[in-house]
Amino acid sequence: MKHIKTVQTACVKIPVSGKACGECQTSCQSACKTSCTVANQKCESDR
Amino acid sequence: MENILSSLFYGGTFVVHVFQMKGKKIAYDSEVASIHELDDLAYDVLRLFVEMSGSTPPMKEFQNLAQEKAYEFSEVLACRDELIGLISQGQLFAPCQPFEYQDLYPEEPAIKAMCLHICHDCNLRCKYCFAGTGDFGTGKRSMLDLETGKKAIDFLLAASGNRHHLDVDFFGGEPLMNWPVVVSLTEYCERKSRESGKEIRLTITTNAVMLDEDKTKFINDHMKNCVLSIDGRPEVHDKMRPGIGGSGSYERVFSRIKSFLLARNAEDAKYHEHYVRGTFTRENLDFSLDVIHLAEVLGARQISVEPVVAESGSGYDIRLSDLPQIEKEYEDLAEYISKTREQKDPVHFFHFIMDMKGGPCVYKRLKGCGVGAEYCAVTPTGDIYPCHQFVGEEKYLMGNVHNLEQILDENGNMKTGKKATDILSPDVRKTFIDRLMPNKEACKACFARYNCGGGCPANSVHATGDLDGMYEVGCRLAKKRMECSIWLSLSSLSN
Repeated sequence: MKHIKTVQTACVKIPVSGKACGECQTSCQSACKTSCTVANQKCESDR
Repeated sequence: MENILSSLFYGGTFVVHVFQMKGKKIAYDSEVASIHELDDLAYDVLRLFVEMSGSTPPMKEFQNLAQEKAYEFSEVLACRDELIGLISQGQLFAPCQPFEYQDLYPEEPAIKAMCLHICHDCNLRCKYCFAGTGDFGTGKRSMLDLETGKKAIDFLLAASGNRHHLDVDFFGGEPLMNWPVVVSLTEYCERKSRESGKEIRLTITTNAVMLDEDKTKFINDHMKNCVLSIDGRPEVHDKMRPGIGGSGSYERVFSRIKSFLLARNAEDAKYHEHYVRGTFTRENLDFSLDVIHLAEVLGARQISVEPVVAESGSGYDIRLSDLPQIEKEYEDLAEYISKTREQKDPVHFFHFIMDMKGGPCVYKRLKGCGVGAEYCAVTPTGDIYPCHQFVGEEKYLMGNVHNLEQILDENGNMKTGKKATDILSPDVRKTFIDRLMPNKEACKACFARYNCGGGCPANSVHATGDLDGMYEVGCRLAKKRMECSIWLSLSSLSN
């Protein structure tokens, strides 16, 4: 009997180039002017 | 080009976060972003592994667990082996990946986003306003003139180096009070986009008091994003967001935002992105009801309601003792959001949105919001600050766009041997370029560190006096929102 259901396997996003491109939106530029949230920003290379 | 990033090396602590929410038991490995749903036994056994920092606990720990919780010992061992398998596959207790900080960018960081203060004045007198109801605590209300605004855009273009995507937020005060400058600067940005080959994406943040049909059309034709401020239920909104005479502003802004949303959401609208944004305080700790009000009564589908950041003693500042209630509110809100996902037109709550399979790269998550390094604010006098939260604080003044002639010739081209950062304070700039999440002690063992990127430095320094200090209220709430995001992802990822 399995006791653990893995719903998301390991994934760490490292750019293909090995470096950040710096093109994505800054978090305060969307709807966040007082509480920093980075992880909901989109990657420009995914658009 | 020089690279002024320090040559540091990151090897943090692995963090497996095990928690319960709304009847679910969940494990999240922050280093590799893996998510696991656990049964009761796995929840208990995994916690033994967490206490051992991922090492297999001694046999007597499993015997004790079986005895205390009346589990079959053979099942406890089977569960242990299941976990050992996941650990060996790198799905749990994954070792930290070392990163060279010099891999953050191909070159040095470049300012490519700007909060442009169209005016330092406002037609509301919101009690919690960090901008001192528009004048940023200066006692002097002012408007951005077109010449200064154009220089701000020229500075952004020059500072952005080889970045293609630039962002400008028309901010205030209340930017609609200086509407002709908004229109002219929009046209200027569009012309400069064509000439430079760069994409300048425009946003406007407004309280909607002056949002009429013409302005709505202009915004929808030209601005990629629009943020509209309303706090929720009428009595909540009116208490904190009165007009200059003290009367509530709810009725005025509600109808204008409703009309705006209809136009923005029309199929033939050029741009659809927007957020209806509110603030909650300890006056409305039951803020999930305000989000639901914005969704059900106003009809908003993109909602961001954030905790107030206010000085202690203001009366409406959020205190540590308020957190248990707020955390429960977030859970209730997550449940509401989950239910709307079964509908044709679901509600999106900004701080629960998280792309569990992708999202920004790890470097973005290490760098955080980019304050002062990729992002800046420009005031009506042309002063440049690291972000809108630092405006008026002399020690963080980075420069002034009127000094642009030192680096650009009369045709707007960079003078030989010059660069845009020459007009910026090297000390202030370095302070913010060096800002990286792993430098914050409190982040080293936090499961949410790749979500908030180290949190808001302005909040940290205002709460603790240290840019790397821990704003505990903000951290606790960021962690709770992350738990809610993970909980919400269970159903979508399982499908």
